[in-house]
Formats: sequence, C-alpha cells, structure tokens
Amino acid sequence: MGRTLLLTHINVPGIQGFEVYRQTGGYRSVEKALKTMSPDDVVEEVKKSGLRGRGGAGFPTGMKWSFLAKPEGVARYLVCNADESEPGTFKDRYLMTHIPHALIEGMIVSSFALGAKTSYIYVRGEMMPQIRILEKAIAEAKNAGFLGDNILGTGYSLEIYVQPGGGAYICGEETALLESLEGKRGNPRIKPPFPAVAGLYGCPTVVNNVESIAATVPIINDGGEEYAKIGIERSTGTKLISAGGNVKRPGVYEIELGVPVEEFIYSDEYCGGIANGKKLKAVVAGGSSVPILPANLILKTASGAPRLMTYESLADGGFQTGTMMGSGGFIAFDEDQCVVRNTWNFTRFYRHESCGQCSPCREGTGWMEKILYKIEHGLGTQSDIDLLWDVQKNIEGNTICPLGDAAAWPVAAAIRHFRDEFEWHIQNPSESQTRNFGLAHYADPLVQTVD
Amino acid sequence: MLSVKENSPVEFSPELLTKFGEIVKRYPEGKQKSALLPLLHEVQAVFGWLSPDAMDKVAYFLNIKPIEVYEVATFYTMYFLEKKGKYNLEVCRTGPCCLVGAEKIMHHIEQTLGVREGEVTPDGLFSWRGVECLAACGYGPVLQIGPEYTFYENLTEQSVDSLIETLKNKA
Ligand SMILES: Cc1cc2nc3c(=O)[nH]c(=O)nc-3n(C[C@H](O)[C@H](O)[C@H](O)COP(=O)(O)O)c2cc1C
Ligand code: SF4
Repeated sequence: MGRTLLLTHINVPGIQGFEVYRQTGGYRSVEKALKTMSPDDVVEEVKKSGLRGRGGAGFPTGMKWSFLAKPEGVARYLVCNADESEPGTFKDRYLMTHIPHALIEGMIVSSFALGAKTSYIYVRGEMMPQIRILEKAIAEAKNAGFLGDNILGTGYSLEIYVQPGGGAYICGEETALLESLEGKRGNPRIKPPFPAVAGLYGCPTVVNNVESIAATVPIINDGGEEYAKIGIERSTGTKLISAGGNVKRPGVYEIELGVPVEEFIYSDEYCGGIANGKKLKAVVAGGSSVPILPANLILKTASGAPRLMTYESLADGGFQTGTMMGSGGFIAFDEDQCVVRNTWNFTRFYRHESCGQCSPCREGTGWMEKILYKIEHGLGTQSDIDLLWDVQKNIEGNTICPLGDAAAWPVAAAIRHFRDEFEWHIQNPSESQTRNFGLAHYADPLVQTVD
Repeated sequence: MLSVKENSPVEFSPELLTKFGEIVKRYPEGKQKSALLPLLHEVQAVFGWLSPDAMDKVAYFLNIKPIEVYEVATFYTMYFLEKKGKYNLEVCRTGPCCLVGAEKIMHHIEQTLGVREGEVTPDGLFSWRGVECLAACGYGPVLQIGPEYTFYENLTEQSVDSLIETLKNKA
C-alpha cells in the first residue's frame, strides 16, 4: 500500500463531522501554525514541501504564495477553486463530500500564511449538496473556535464563505473565477496584472485548488521536508487521481507520485484493469485538455522506460510522444471506443464552454466541432483532416486564456496518434454512420494492447 | 441573449429577503454585486425559473442595473429563462460518461418522456437536457435534478424508469 496523507481516514465512520475529524488528529495544523509559527514560517514550509498546484498547471504553491503583494492597509484574499469542471476530474468533489474539514483546516492555515481575513471557496453551482456540507463544516469549526474572531486566542481572525458558481467550465480559470465571484460573467481577464497583485476586488489574491489547500495540512503537521521525501524529483507528495472511463474500478485514488502508470491501471490496489475483459486502447491522463496517448505510449515512454505518474514522466517526450499530469483526471478507453467520436465530443464541450472573447477560440472551436461532426458521421473528406490540423494550430497560443490551448491539444493529439482512425471514417462512411452509440467496430492497428 | 417569451410578476417573501440579506453580508461594503449568483439560485429554487420581473427585482435589491443581472443570467447554464418541467432531468453528455453509455441513457429518456431535449411534457412534470461534465466521471452515467441537485449515479435504463416512476408518484 502506498502512503496516504489526504484520504487516510476516509473510511472512519462519521469523519464528515467535526468531532470524529478532530479525534483523528484534525485541526492540529491550525494549532501548530497559529500558536507556534509566523505566517512566513508557514509559507517557508510549503516552499520546502515542493507542493505543486493540483488544479492543473502544477505551479509550485509556495512560490505562488511568496509572490503575493502586501501593500499596507489593503485586504488580501485566498480563494479556493472548487469549480472542478475539467472532464474526467472528480477528486475535489470526493474530498469535499467525505472529508470537508480537511479543506476547511487547510483554508485556515493557508489564509493565516497569506494574511487573509476573509476567504472564499468558489464551488461549482451544481455541487449544491457539497455546498451544504461545507457550510455545515464551517459552522462546526466556528463553533469549536477554529474560525471567527480571535481564533484560539491568538488574535488571528478569519471568516470563510462558500460561493456557488452558475454552471460554466470557464469559471475554473482563475481570473474568470474572480470575475464570477464579483457577480459578473466569467470572462477571463488579460494578464498582467496577475491576481497576486490585483485579484478579487482589485486586491492581492491567491487562487488555489481544493487539493492544494488540503495538502498544506500534512505539510504543516509533519514539516515540508517530510512531505518532500514522498515522490520523485520535482513531483513531491501524494496526488488524488480520479480514474474513470473503462477501468474495472473507477474512483478516486491517492497515490504517491511515482507509481508506474501500468501499476495504476492494472493493479487491484487501483483501477484493477480494464472492465469487461477488454483491452486498453488509449488514455487521457490528466483531464480532457491533455493529449490523448495510445496504450503503448502511456505505459512506456518513447525511449522504452516505464512511464510513471509524475509531472515529469507523463510529460516525457513533449507533445510528440508525451502528455501531462493536468488535473489528475485519468480516463481509460477500451478497444471498442472511438477516438474520433470522443474528440468530437470534447470539442463540442470546448465550443460550448468558450466564453467567446477571443475569435480564434470562439470561431475555431465551432469550426473544429463541425469538421469533427462531419468526419464522425461519414461525411468527411481527406482534406478535412488537414483543415482540422490547421484550425487547431491557429488557436493554440493566440488567446487570452488557456481554454483555447485546452481545446486545440486534444484534437492535435488525436490526429497525431490516431490519424488512420480518422482516415477509416472517411473511407468507410456507411459503417461510421450505422455504428451503435459510441462504438467503433474495428480494431485500431496502431494500438499495442496489453494483457 | 435574453428573449422574453413570457413574464410573470413575482413577489419575494420576507423569508427570501432575509436570506438575501444574510448572503450580502458575506462581501465587503459596496461589493454586494458579488451576491448576484447566489441570489439568482435562491430565486430560481423558489419560482423554478428567472422571469424578467424576478431579475429586475434582484437588480433593485442589489442596487445594480437590470442589464447586469441579464448579462449574468444569460451567461451561466444553470439559470433558466423559461419554465422547465417540475422535474428537470440533466444528464451528463461529456466524453467520460459517453464511454459508459450516457448517449443511450439520453436516448432512453427522450423515448420514455416523449419530449425532445429542452421541451416540457404536457402535464408540466418533466423536462430533460444534456449538460456538460458534472465531475462524477467515475459514477457515470449520471443525472442531476435541481434545485437541490440531487444526484443519480451509475444509471441504467431500468434505474431511469424507476426514477421517473417514483417522481411521477411523488408529484
Ligand atoms: C479553462 C480552465 C479551467 C480550469 N478549471 C479549473 C478547475 O476547475 N479547478 C482548478 O482548481 N483549477 C482550474 N484551472 C486552473 C486555474 O486557472 C488555476 O491555475 C488553479 O486554480 C490554481 O490552483 P493551484 O495552483 O492550486 O493548482 C482551470 C484553468 C483553465 C484555463
Ligand atoms: S481563450 Fe476562449 S475561453 Fe479563454 S478568454 Fe478567449 S474566448 Fe474566452
């Protein structure tokens, strides 16, 4: 069994409530930080831990915190990003549902480190049940003296509020989230200024993912150096991976960074292999935005080394033969799944979620969706594949926020690794039209399946 | 875009207004516009949708212009600018759920209810639509029903049938 830091007590009955959470050692980090450490000490420990943001970009959390501007007399904010909408990702929902106090505890320690007196947890609006759970947890923590005025008699005061979103993937992008929190449409802001200088209400703000914030609890309890001992190289600590698609045991797993991908997919400790005795065809390893890889390339890097669940190893080979850790949304495709259909589906998603500010993203996602629809439904021509390649290339890097890239990468990767599947659709129009929902009745010659 | 098909005058109850007041307290002085999204959720939970009159009254309460409310209500997918069925079934239609049969489930719901996506059944009880990833990919196919966003996981055609039956009997 790998070591766990976040989900250790997940199966303890009653862990959702304050009493049991406290009995299992909960809120120790608040006592330690507020009573024995300065805010800068806390930042220092998080820096030492090597923790990298768990929301998708993997930016070092301690470094992000140290960039926060601290002008005299101006409020500073911590905003937790609980918008979790990246297809394939469902780890934050799991954590907030089952151990809400882990997030609240992390929020208190992190807010203290940043000098925030008011903090917000922006939860996607569809997670109404989780919003209720968090509100209850906040009330319990306040009742026990861990929130509110003069926490534990230390003179530090903090209020945490839960803010519901309105149903928009783009509000997971941090500046769109801040716009939304200000009661506006979720249009990402042009950076700079970065939120660390001008964020919520124009004040210095840190936006962090749910899991990043929860991870500060074990970091403060055990020290940053202890945390950094787990994992490999610059991928320290543990990470929640949400596994879905055609695996035998879908769910949320806490892994020590460095577990081989093969072990993650096939071991009974994690996904337990591919469901229904099928073979693995492809994997999207870090949420819908990251490049899809065929089975052979996800299990081994191009140089033949076993691929590991680390930021570095997943990215090995760049976009030619590698992918990204992203948000940890791990989607496995069995041999019957159609890459063209899934790419069309994802592209429809991005077209739907584009905020519409930038022409390349707004128009490009629409064009890509149309072309993919044509190909998937047996109406495509050979030149459509090149056109598709051209469109995605013209989106990437030409937009205000990374949603444009996120829409372009999956299309590029699908063509790069599964070009003959696109060609098959074009050459066999009647079959691609009469297929059952989501099923491709052919084996992809590219894929080296693993038993 | 805001296309006003119908309007219906609304009256906010004292309880609702008290709730509004509580929510506004979460934000600094002068930043009451931040309460807009939560307030719209509260209004929709009571009336089932956001009529132009309801939006105007929210604008009045927050001391912002009506257009600022329309802007928001038209941007976010959770706000309804027209009436839905009493039970509005929202099925995830994004990639991971489709890998485990979401398209079949949507097809089945369409057949069973006899209305197309976005339409309301003649008795006013049901409507349905596909929505984007609900962050529940490991439990797919999934659907949710507002205003409390109750979740139904690992759907099969049978479980959808019995859900619809249960809701019919409840109504
Ligand atoms: C289109 C888009 C959607 C995003 N969605 C999320 C999300 O749902 N949750 C999240 O934590 N970060 C999301 N991010 C990343 C955030 O912008 C930001 O990097 C992150 O919240 C920072 O937290 P971290 O450093 O703790 O990872 C998204 C980014 C983009 C461009
Ligand atoms: S890239 Fe797309 S989502 Fe991002 S700001 Fe531009 S139009 Fe909006």
